[in-house]
Amino acid sequence: MCLGIPGQIIEITDATRLMAMADVSGVRREVSVACVAPANLQNLIGEWALIHVGFAMSVIDADEAEKTLEALRGLGEAQETLEAMAQGDAALEGRA
Amino acid sequence: MNAQTPTKTSRLRGDRVTLAHGGGGKAMRDLIEEVFTDVFDPPGDEDQARLMTQALQDPGAQLAFTTDSFVVTPPVFPGGDIGKIAVCGTVNDLAVGGAIPLWLSAAFIIEEGCEIALLRQIVQSMDTEARKAGVRIVTGDTKVVERGSADQVFVTTSGVGVIPPDRDLRAANIRPGDVAIVNGVLGDHGATILAARGDMALSTDLISDCNSLNGLMETVIAAAPGLRAARDATRGGVASCLNEMADAAGVGIEIDETTLSLRHEVKGMCEVLGLDPLYLANEGTLVLFVPQEEADQTLAAMRQHSMGKDAVVIGKVLDGPAGRVTMRTLFGGTRLVDMLVGEQLPRIC
Amino acid sequence: MRYVEEFRDPMAAKAVLAAIETVIDQIGATRDKPVHIMEVCGGHTHAIFRYGLDKLTPPGIEFIHGPGCPVCVLPMSRIDECVQIAERPEVIFTTFGDAMRVPGTRKSLMQAKADGADIRMVYSPLDAMELARRNPDREVVFFGLGFETTTPSTALSIQQAAREKLNNFSVFCNHITVPPPIKALLDDPHMVLDGFVGPGHVSMVIGVHPYDFIAEDYGKPIVVAGFEPLDLLQSVLMVLRQIQDGRAEVENQYARVVPDAGNPISMAAIEDVYEARPTFEWRGLGEIDASGLRIRQAYQAYDAEEKFGVGYGAGPRLVKEPEGCACGQVMTGRIKPFQCEQYGKGCTPEMPLGALMVSSEGACAAYYQYGATEAAE
Repeated sequence: MCLGIPGQIIEITDATRLMAMADVSGVRREVSVACVAPANLQNLIGEWALIHVGFAMSVIDADEAEKTLEALRGLGEAQETLEAMAQGDAALEGRA
Repeated sequence: MNAQTPTKTSRLRGDRVTLAHGGGGKAMRDLIEEVFTDVFDPPGDEDQARLMTQALQDPGAQLAFTTDSFVVTPPVFPGGDIGKIAVCGTVNDLAVGGAIPLWLSAAFIIEEGCEIALLRQIVQSMDTEARKAGVRIVTGDTKVVERGSADQVFVTTSGVGVIPPDRDLRAANIRPGDVAIVNGVLGDHGATILAARGDMALSTDLISDCNSLNGLMETVIAAAPGLRAARDATRGGVASCLNEMADAAGVGIEIDETTLSLRHEVKGMCEVLGLDPLYLANEGTLVLFVPQEEADQTLAAMRQHSMGKDAVVIGKVLDGPAGRVTMRTLFGGTRLVDMLVGEQLPRIC
Repeated sequence: MRYVEEFRDPMAAKAVLAAIETVIDQIGATRDKPVHIMEVCGGHTHAIFRYGLDKLTPPGIEFIHGPGCPVCVLPMSRIDECVQIAERPEVIFTTFGDAMRVPGTRKSLMQAKADGADIRMVYSPLDAMELARRNPDREVVFFGLGFETTTPSTALSIQQAAREKLNNFSVFCNHITVPPPIKALLDDPHMVLDGFVGPGHVSMVIGVHPYDFIAEDYGKPIVVAGFEPLDLLQSVLMVLRQIQDGRAEVENQYARVVPDAGNPISMAAIEDVYEARPTFEWRGLGEIDASGLRIRQAYQAYDAEEKFGVGYGAGPRLVKEPEGCACGQVMTGRIKPFQCEQYGKGCTPEMPLGALMVSSEGACAAYYQYGATEAAE
């Protein structure tokens, strides 16, 4: 069972039972935040979590997300550099 | 001359339909009159509507005739109800064949215990939608069945229209090189119903895209003399529709994922439940095929129409393999878009 | 959609694919001598085919589809037991959608429903509990299926049921764990595996250290991966780089969701409610030690096996596969779906022989649905 989707916690609906309202792109569903509950539940509001079968299983780490995207972007830049170099080489060969 | 119109008091007893209302006696007559015929106002009092239209007399004109049953649950949902769909669905089935829809019949199978207020609401929706679409509900029937034998109310509409002599829209016309166009976003109806059913406890602000498309069809027909065929994508979504048409025409179709557009809530719904939006039901989505050279003028005309504002080319017709629908993914890869098997079940896995 | 669409960017994909091609060239992998990478999780199998990643990556990579589809590895006898429970008139049987069409020896849950059993699809065990609250005169049973991703949700639900004394609620526990079957595959002398793409959502619960044995004892790289196409591609690249460097490490590509240490609350709930069965049968893999979970005695009031006298050990074990069904071989990566004799003929999504064709994350279903009917060009 792998299907999990990032959702934003928008409201605490039942603090005693650790339930909150999550929003996934405009689709709202009450979820359990038992797995991610901080001491003060209100601190969850606005956070993004991985939602799976009605449970918020893990708070998404924005810094790590950014790091992953940067690594991907880095590959893109490296790729562009390689392509620019290859074009440079080809141009040189054309002239020679 | 009376200065005031006397207000009609209801002869119906109670809030709910009972078996007596299906018995053929007074209770049934009262139900039919008050709830149905007072609103629909069908012509004549006979068991059959007697109708004529000049258009049928034109040499080469054809009668178009279709029927559909509607069992949607819940019967009322954001954006419509079973009555609205019953009118739109049948009007659309006529319109996509190039027919001018004229007359509808409406048959109701009502569960014992169904609220009369619900019936009134449904009938009102049907009347409103029929007027909007320019059709008339001219005959009908009601039956009442025991509790448990139906889910509140089932509706069957049959519709009759005339196809003018110069029109011959059929899937077999589609040929390689043609393009496929849809009139807007996909999946609104299916996603709305899933949320409205409540068993997944998901809520959204989505409303069904349920609509009569005959006006839009006339716009398309006027703009694209080479129009090959059209269908309305209902159950099974755009994917099923394309598969049927590809099969009938013996061609291949390739669609482009980057052209498909979904409301973000529909996307969200699909992500949460693991559904493929290509298979989500629609009730106001037109899929049509035109020769490539007529694509621009078709889109221009559609986008002027309230139901075609987001019209877009979604794919092209290939030589083959016959009946095969594929999709270029966002990534430039290709995948098959097969016929749906059974019902799309929400994934968890 | 935040945290989703950024990881589906086609432009970034091109860059990763180019980097993958470079490494494949440098290590000299070709279609005839490919790098064998196993994606363990069914969700990854599905994503690979949905985005056409098998065709976009070079032929020098062969994806071996692993047994990480909990529906697919379910023995038919468990479905039979589900049907048995569901056919009791007092029972409302609740399940995830995935399990509805899996064939049992007599019928699937879908067929049992058509025959009159009260079987309902739910999105969450929480919904099953709500059904139990609203129907105090009925027995509500939840089909607890899944790897460690889903196990905390049923564990927490059982704990909640115990607090509320919701005694008409029970779970039919079929939870399984990921590390044991991986070890079984690594111990199989017929398996050729060069690296692993690890299950991202299982790992958000158990962390990355349960996979240390793969690197340390077997010398294979494993990269814990997210589920978007860029996650998968980046993970494949990371595996290839390890192979190129001669490294064997556990890496975490999905760090935005997976803490290295996992989720302590989830793990504590699992530990509190469940214990490992001595062995558990896996379709295609036979019995594997300590790979399945059962509900502890303290919570036996919520254990459907106790309540209804069915379950592991209670009935005949090791039901024979239907004639011609090769699910076991496909699931362990020995053959590809289209190499099964029945694929597309005696076994289709409409009339499946085995779970792999019916589960949306089964390799056969993914191949069939997305059209990978022959070897990728």
